[in-house]
Amino acid sequence: MMVAVSAPDDRSYSRLLGDLALADPRFVVLTAENRAAIRDLPDRLGNRFVDVGICEQTMIGMAAGFALRGRIPVVHALATFLTLRAFEFIRDDVGIAGLPVKLVGGVPGFLSEANGPTHQAIDDLAVMRAIPGMHIFCPADESDLLAGLPAVLTSPAPTYIRFNASQSRLHHAPFELGHAELLSEGHDLGILAAGLLVPYVKEACDLLRGEGITSRLVNLRMIGPIDEEAIVETATRCDLVVVVEDHLLVGGVYQLVCEVLVRRRLSVPVLPFGLDGRWFRPALLPDVLDYEGFSVAKLSERLRRAHQTRVDASPTSEVVDVVFEPLPSVSNGRSTP
Amino acid sequence: MTDFAEVEQIARRVRAHAIRMATGGGCFLGASLSCADILVYLYLHVLRTSPVRREDPARDYLLLSKGHDVPALYGTLAELGYFPKARLAKHLSTDDHLYWHPNRAIPGVEFHSGSLGHLLSVGMGIALEAKISGGPSRVFVVVGDGELNEGSVWEAALVASAKRLDNLVLIVDRNGFQANVATESLIPLEPLADKLASFGFAVTEIDGHHLPSLEEAFAVLPRRPGSPTAVVARTIRNKGLPSIEGRAERWFVNLSPAEVQMLLHELEGSSRATLTSEPLVVR
Repeated sequence: MMVAVSAPDDRSYSRLLGDLALADPRFVVLTAENRAAIRDLPDRLGNRFVDVGICEQTMIGMAAGFALRGRIPVVHALATFLTLRAFEFIRDDVGIAGLPVKLVGGVPGFLSEANGPTHQAIDDLAVMRAIPGMHIFCPADESDLLAGLPAVLTSPAPTYIRFNASQSRLHHAPFELGHAELLSEGHDLGILAAGLLVPYVKEACDLLRGEGITSRLVNLRMIGPIDEEAIVETATRCDLVVVVEDHLLVGGVYQLVCEVLVRRRLSVPVLPFGLDGRWFRPALLPDVLDYEGFSVAKLSERLRRAHQTRVDASPTSEVVDVVFEPLPSVSNGRSTP
Repeated sequence: MTDFAEVEQIARRVRAHAIRMATGGGCFLGASLSCADILVYLYLHVLRTSPVRREDPARDYLLLSKGHDVPALYGTLAELGYFPKARLAKHLSTDDHLYWHPNRAIPGVEFHSGSLGHLLSVGMGIALEAKISGGPSRVFVVVGDGELNEGSVWEAALVASAKRLDNLVLIVDRNGFQANVATESLIPLEPLADKLASFGFAVTEIDGHHLPSLEEAFAVLPRRPGSPTAVVARTIRNKGLPSIEGRAERWFVNLSPAEVQMLLHELEGSSRATLTSEPLVVR
């Protein structure tokens, strides 16, 4: 089996954030005693590095205070504790005020590996999306993270960064706020993906291309603001749209895509590859991916089957048509690895 | 010698504003009247801020964390010229932004609140930023005693002490009540001053309506270099209106126009009012 991704390496993130902060005195770096990704910043930033201890709510409140004084706080905590325990502080003190606080959520989605459900940020997009004006950045790997970081950190918007410093072989296009990235062109499958799983999907697409199945693969990059045209273009050009995410189907990318398609009155089969109403099996990442059906081998198998099903035009429980006349209705499909 | 007469006069007018806001939908009168003397004293004699310094990064900040007492803040800011007093008549109108909790559309309001237990940490961010940037700003955060049920206050208190925020002043409007009941009958807070002291605050406990005590509490800040200050101000719900002072059920009130007039007269020292409007149980 191919190895698409190796262990995360946070050093480049730390280096770039430190460089940006040293060049722009507005930046302050806060953490709720989560230093994995920012080990060298205490030395580099001095009193602009603030560790508040294991106090996510207090950290967010303080970040709002820093922002009121003209600073750009970049705050760090595990994604679950940041987005859930401190949710109301994010909503009230950052969201209502529209302050440029940058929320960096560590080990989101499958990256929590063997920690178990308490650490599984698979609902973080749902809750962050519910805050008006919140920008959401879901980098596909470390180089995507570094490509987007300067723009998302200097934008005036409150921003949630679904931290992902995984190593992959992907080469990314220059980053533009609110714009997706086209990773491959094709018409048999239109695949919309965000975050950690993008490199795995890319490898699966490459395998299928050898079998004559072409895929248009879009790395969405940002979930808010969403690149609607990238979604519309994919739905228009492809026979089947597949949404891939390490998130619950509720409130995640799948539902976001469905909303866009209904709003734009586009009828197209949409197949979700995500977590349908359950926590994932805790294990080391390669085993999680295999068990849950997101390894390159499992993804290629699922995509091949989805394509074949479409060609055969025989409906299965996996394929869901989004229809809206006479009445809009979206029924949830169940994805089985 | 401090001119307490001016504080007294303005505080009385602020109370009158709050009473006038307690009709046509009503307001949280009990807490507004318990903190009125504290707010007026701070704005007149302690806070280094003014209507023309609203954007001055060197100003002092006052944050109202228990936002439901905002009628007292609206009244104080209007009296001090932050916005025209005529605007107070727009309380609860969609033509303006004077609703039941503070927000930054009102000149002089530094930050919004509503959900309890938020602004101590927001104030700490302001205070720490001022320290980092070498600014002289001090931050005064007013919390309610009921608000001290919220764990986020105590979490923030730990951090305030750890970060040696001696430009931070926590003021507890200790009127003895949470929404509908006495604090000590539900979640007892005493010995409150000892609790705050054990969290690292330099604490003083005073009569929050006694102006010389307020003067003494804020005369020299920080009270202990390297530590945040806490002032536990013992106050009385609905202070200034003997007919409803200390009454649990008169927290949020929605008065008839006739009752407003009765209470305004009572505030000026005439006979006690008799309220017939239905007491509201809120939350």
